[in-house]
Amino acid sequence: MDLNSDLNQFLFGYYPYICLAVFFVGSLIRFDREQYTWKSDSSQLLRRGQLWWGSNLFHVGVLGILAGHFTGFLTPIGVWHAIGISMPQKQMTAMVAGGLFGAMCTVGLGMLLARRLIDPRIRAVSSPMDVLILFLLLAQVVLGLGGIPISAQHPDGSEMLKFMRWAQRIATFRGGAAELVANVSIVFKLHIVLGLTLFLVFPFTRLVHVWSGFASVSYLLRPYQLMRRR
Amino acid sequence: MSHFLDRLSYLTQERESYADGHGTLTGEDRTWEDGYRQRWQHDKIVRSTHGVNCTGSCSWKIYVKGGIVTWETQQTDYPRTRPDLPNHEPRGCSRGASYSWYMYSANRVKYPMVRGRLLRAWREARKLMGPVEAWASIVESPEATKAYKSRRGLGGFVRSNWDEVNEIVASANVYTIKRYGPDRVVGFSPIPAMSMVSYAAGSRYLSLIGGVCMSFYDWYCDLPPASPQTWGEQTDVPESADWYNSTYIVAWGSNVPQTRAPDAHFFTEVRYKGAKIVCITPDYAEVSKLGDLWLHPKQGTDAALAMAMGHVILKEFHLERPSAYFRDYARRYTDLPMLVKLAERNGRVVPDRFVRASDFSEKLGQANNPEWKTLAFDERSGKLVVPNGSIGFRWGQADGKWNLEEKEAGGEEIRLRLSLLDVRDDAVAVAFPYFGGIVTENFEHNDQGRDVLVRNVPAKKLQTQAGEILVASVFDLMVANYGIDRGLGGDNVAADYDQNAPYTPAWQECITGVKAADVVTVARQFADNADKTHGKSMVIIGASMNHWYHSDMNYRGIINMLMMCGCVGQSGGGWAHYVGQEKLRPQTGWTALAFALDWSRPPRQQNSTSFFYAHTDQWRYEKLDINEILSPLADPKDFPGSLIDYNVRAERMGWLPSAPQLRTNPIQVVKDARIAGVDPKDYAVKALKEGTLRMSCEDPDNPANFPRNLFVWRSNLLGSSAKGHEYFLKHLLGTCHGLQGRDLGSIGGAKPQEVTWHDEVPEGKLDLLVTIDFRMSTTCLYSDIVLPTATWYEKNDLNTSDMHPFIHPLSAAVDPAWEARSDWEIYKGFAKKFSEVCVGHLGVEKELVLTPLMHDSPGELAQATDVSEWKKGQCDLIPGKTAPAMTVIERDYPNTYKKFTALGPLMAKVGNGGKGIAWNTEHEVKQLGDLNRLVTEAGITLGMPRIESDIDAAEVILMLAPETNGEVAVKAWQALSKVTGREHAHLAHTKEDEKLRFRDLQAQPRKIISSPTWSGIESEKVSYNAGWTNVNELIPWRTLTGRQQFYQDHKWMLGFGEALCVYRPPVDLKTVHPLQGKKGNGNPEVVLNFITPHQKWGIHSTYTDNLMMLTLSRGGPIVWLSEHDARSVGIADNDWIELYNVNGAIATRAVVSQRVKPGMCMMYHAQEKIINTPGSEITGTRGGIHNSVTRIVTKPTHMIGGYAQLSYGFNYYGTIGTNRDEFVLVRKMNKVDWMDEPAAVPTERSPA
Repeated sequence: MDLNSDLNQFLFGYYPYICLAVFFVGSLIRFDREQYTWKSDSSQLLRRGQLWWGSNLFHVGVLGILAGHFTGFLTPIGVWHAIGISMPQKQMTAMVAGGLFGAMCTVGLGMLLARRLIDPRIRAVSSPMDVLILFLLLAQVVLGLGGIPISAQHPDGSEMLKFMRWAQRIATFRGGAAELVANVSIVFKLHIVLGLTLFLVFPFTRLVHVWSGFASVSYLLRPYQLMRRR
Repeated sequence: MSHFLDRLSYLTQERESYADGHGTLTGEDRTWEDGYRQRWQHDKIVRSTHGVNCTGSCSWKIYVKGGIVTWETQQTDYPRTRPDLPNHEPRGCSRGASYSWYMYSANRVKYPMVRGRLLRAWREARKLMGPVEAWASIVESPEATKAYKSRRGLGGFVRSNWDEVNEIVASANVYTIKRYGPDRVVGFSPIPAMSMVSYAAGSRYLSLIGGVCMSFYDWYCDLPPASPQTWGEQTDVPESADWYNSTYIVAWGSNVPQTRAPDAHFFTEVRYKGAKIVCITPDYAEVSKLGDLWLHPKQGTDAALAMAMGHVILKEFHLERPSAYFRDYARRYTDLPMLVKLAERNGRVVPDRFVRASDFSEKLGQANNPEWKTLAFDERSGKLVVPNGSIGFRWGQADGKWNLEEKEAGGEEIRLRLSLLDVRDDAVAVAFPYFGGIVTENFEHNDQGRDVLVRNVPAKKLQTQAGEILVASVFDLMVANYGIDRGLGGDNVAADYDQNAPYTPAWQECITGVKAADVVTVARQFADNADKTHGKSMVIIGASMNHWYHSDMNYRGIINMLMMCGCVGQSGGGWAHYVGQEKLRPQTGWTALAFALDWSRPPRQQNSTSFFYAHTDQWRYEKLDINEILSPLADPKDFPGSLIDYNVRAERMGWLPSAPQLRTNPIQVVKDARIAGVDPKDYAVKALKEGTLRMSCEDPDNPANFPRNLFVWRSNLLGSSAKGHEYFLKHLLGTCHGLQGRDLGSIGGAKPQEVTWHDEVPEGKLDLLVTIDFRMSTTCLYSDIVLPTATWYEKNDLNTSDMHPFIHPLSAAVDPAWEARSDWEIYKGFAKKFSEVCVGHLGVEKELVLTPLMHDSPGELAQATDVSEWKKGQCDLIPGKTAPAMTVIERDYPNTYKKFTALGPLMAKVGNGGKGIAWNTEHEVKQLGDLNRLVTEAGITLGMPRIESDIDAAEVILMLAPETNGEVAVKAWQALSKVTGREHAHLAHTKEDEKLRFRDLQAQPRKIISSPTWSGIESEKVSYNAGWTNVNELIPWRTLTGRQQFYQDHKWMLGFGEALCVYRPPVDLKTVHPLQGKKGNGNPEVVLNFITPHQKWGIHSTYTDNLMMLTLSRGGPIVWLSEHDARSVGIADNDWIELYNVNGAIATRAVVSQRVKPGMCMMYHAQEKIINTPGSEITGTRGGIHNSVTRIVTKPTHMIGGYAQLSYGFNYYGTIGTNRDEFVLVRKMNKVDWMDEPAAVPTERSPA
């Protein structure tokens, strides 16, 4: 085993589990121990202005991207065949939809980042982590968009198939995942590593509100009035 | 157990549906609610208040949780009022509600701090020598003192400990007393009513060692000298509940909802009852919105408006359709019937002094004080009579006759004649001064073609010992002075209101800008209401009008209206002057403790304005010439010299106090006398006359006369009240300053005559500045030692106000945080250390104390009809008569601590008293011994009542004061009865058994008991109203005539043109021109009048650094400008601007508002330079405080003494620190420099 393959094994074989473990356990501990910090830290009160465009573009974009990644990578390959979607078709859809949402997300993030850095009131209330997470997200989206031209060189979807297999092996705790992505473009590798890192830092940032954001879907179903028992 | 696990039970939770499925009852975990529940849980609630000179004296609940004060809310358990009167509560405001923020804020002073360079020098010296020697080695070395003095205000504090600071302070005091004299140790603390035990702690220590307590009421310019001039009363006012009894209120220069927030409800409630409210303020102040009418005269011209109203009232209600009520009131309660001599001066007939019994043959049968008994005509018999009540009856009279019964001295019933019109021998052309034609740059004048107005006055001839004289009644002089045509012919009188003659409504219009018709309407309504209700017209008046140089005229103009309408002393009427929290209700109980009268009398007290004028060298820059303020009728030859010369003369004649008093150490004076084998007083008299002994006032820049040690506690002297801030920094402290002007020496101005001029300017006179505070104020930053004191929630104390009749406790809800101690404990610590370190330097010493001729003492009858100076050989030097009184006092220095902590023997031996009466207190001393326990340790205090704790001290006050001990109240009223010959004790009999203790007050605020210390009473029938006992109990006012005085006949009053009220325009202080166009930064400049009213987001400087108040306001210094002025120099709202003149500069933000009158700017005082204040482009140092552009300018008439009501009293009479006549240049700043780099240490100064 050479160093390169060790690193590959670590980053794409073990690192995902470290990140996911920290992601789940960290979120759980924070939810239990630090309830008062479980919030999105919105700065809407301090300055609205470009927040409306920035926040909405970012959120629509990122939710679209997340949905795309989850369905795209974790849906078993058999299912795609069953419903009659070929790999080239799927890849094209992913590139167009991902490009669209990615662009929205990039513009939104740019606006949020500029606002956070330039507006003195927002700057004053920002923690270093607030700024860092915006940079990480921006870098991740840019890398994701950077992958599109590379994907365009493999219109048959073969490269994407590697990622699907890799993701499904990781998700189902099967070995041999790392080798599947050993030879892909460095852009994809960076994208994956950074993506995993986002899971790693997730519990330590304002991103924890994502959990509650998903949980709030139940709001749509609840009755008008809720009373708590004595 | 776990929030997450609880969430997992989401699907298994029992849910009940209700309201057709629109609602669900869930069983989810509820422990998160505890967070909110615990937010409002507490361990205990303690009653306290805020000792902040806001006059609120509001009862607050202080919530304590886990040993920490968490928040405060308003108490609502005041004793109820009467059924027809709203209750007092809830009292409080946003400022008080934010107080607990301070306790744990970064701004809290937590440890004893000492200026680093001083401490290093001290520790090094202490290694080699004893404490007093160590201090001597530092202050006797010019390099060592310069090293720390020049760093004052520039940071550099280091942490010390109590043992060390006590030793430094005690050593400095001992050294100063030994080397220079005890009167070089001075203390400034204001407003005892806000925390009287804390005040007493310091003043007791100072009084025991012979130090000087500095006045504050006059210094703050809250003292209206018009009050002592008119009534012989410092200030006495109605409680706010009495507003509700009024039916016509004029709020004149008082911003009630902003500055009297807890009381303002009475103001709005009485409107629902139907009272009419007129608001008079130059700007659209918050009070204006509550008025039925808002008048906005040009700032500083209120006297013109008041004179015009007086013109209407006098004409319509005293002459045309005389009101029976007004005339009766005027006859019985004012000096209007009294006779004034008409004298010839420079070919003109002018009003002179009151005629006295002594002017006539056989002194009209008056053997006792005939020169102090004024005269009038009896209407029935037509005879000249000596009416009861004048001040001659107050002193030395065996048969109590000092009262206002309508009787003459022989006991015959009389009815005094107001006007001599019908019985006149002649109508005489009398000259009156006119100042309204003086041309000033920034105020409109009304040219009448001359500065002397001659008017015809009915007069009668009288045969005196000095021959035939002409006399006129004050009433007739008043009518002439107001310029009302009585059909006697002659000029300068007006037959109708549209004539432009002083003082018609038309005349005032061009000066004030107020429409003549509005003046007539308000005056007429005001008087008509008073006529119908017998005096229920009221004027609520604030310090804003009192801060003008000629404040007396503003005030007397209004007081005249009230007296003409019989409003003073009537429930719902009168003069409601609200400024600082001056009403120390249990005053006579407190003075004993505070000035250590139980050990020695008299204490040393000093009027601060004159003190700071001299010792901060503001006199060296004086540009107001005496001739600018002299009456055109006075001979300038009789009034030579400059302002400080008048102060020196006043001190030498015993009119004003002195500090320091003599150039020689007063301990040395007594020693020298002993060596010479003569009585120290005789020795001093001889030496003063020979000139071998000099008074300090004659040479304030001589190091022998410097004040050396200054204590500041309960005060932010340098950040708030110190007018001439930059002069303080330069001369008193010797540190960096922003002063722009040059002194008289360098501009070749006329130098004073009575004061030695030194070309070398002294800087850093003070050796030691000790400040005791709970927050890092501006004063702390300039101090050498800063000591952490207990906050208002950490100590036990007492608090009273003039706004309501209750006495409040301050209570220690928690122990003082960090290393803080209560003021009582701090001074006790000084006393203890002083007693130790003085041994070997000071033992039992005797010293000579000088005291001025005091009001409410026989000394007020010292100088009857003439002003003569012993220094000029015009009279002999007789202590207590032509010069200050002299007393030899023994100081047992090593026993200072024992004396501090026990009630001394004089209370039982001599008794207690106040305001001219005295009573026995043996019983109270005995009861105090039972209550506080007796001293059991051997020594001079064995067997005396203990005063160990702050509660012990509070009990001393409560036990000795008539206001809190009914038994004493009865004794006090009986003592007064001996002087008046009338029975008064019925006012307190019902409360004779009532004795308030400290814990009673903690249970509930208690109403005080009526006492002769005050002129109003507390009862179930009337609200407290000033002058009530004068009117209803026929107790004379403590004036020359015994009545309210329209006329001031002292020679200096005549000389300065203020015998009767006149309009005088603001004075020109000449502070803008020397800099105009010289310090340009390219931006246009505008000259504006600088006005400093009271703010909304702080009480003086307190709360202005409180985060919550900063958040509500703009979070830093601001100055309000009118839209007009701002536009003219391109200033937009929130711009950084600079205000400057020769006194210094201010860097601040602009608030541009249409509510401000063009021509003025308003900087709400007192915004300190500790929050968001950048550097000034003008001075190169940090932008100043509001007082950086002001300078003290004294007024000679405030120095008068030894003359009935015009006699000195601590905070009663004396020079006042006016500041409203000031102008500044205003311009936009180019560069905002926050100066947040460390200040460069000048290389020539070697670090200590």
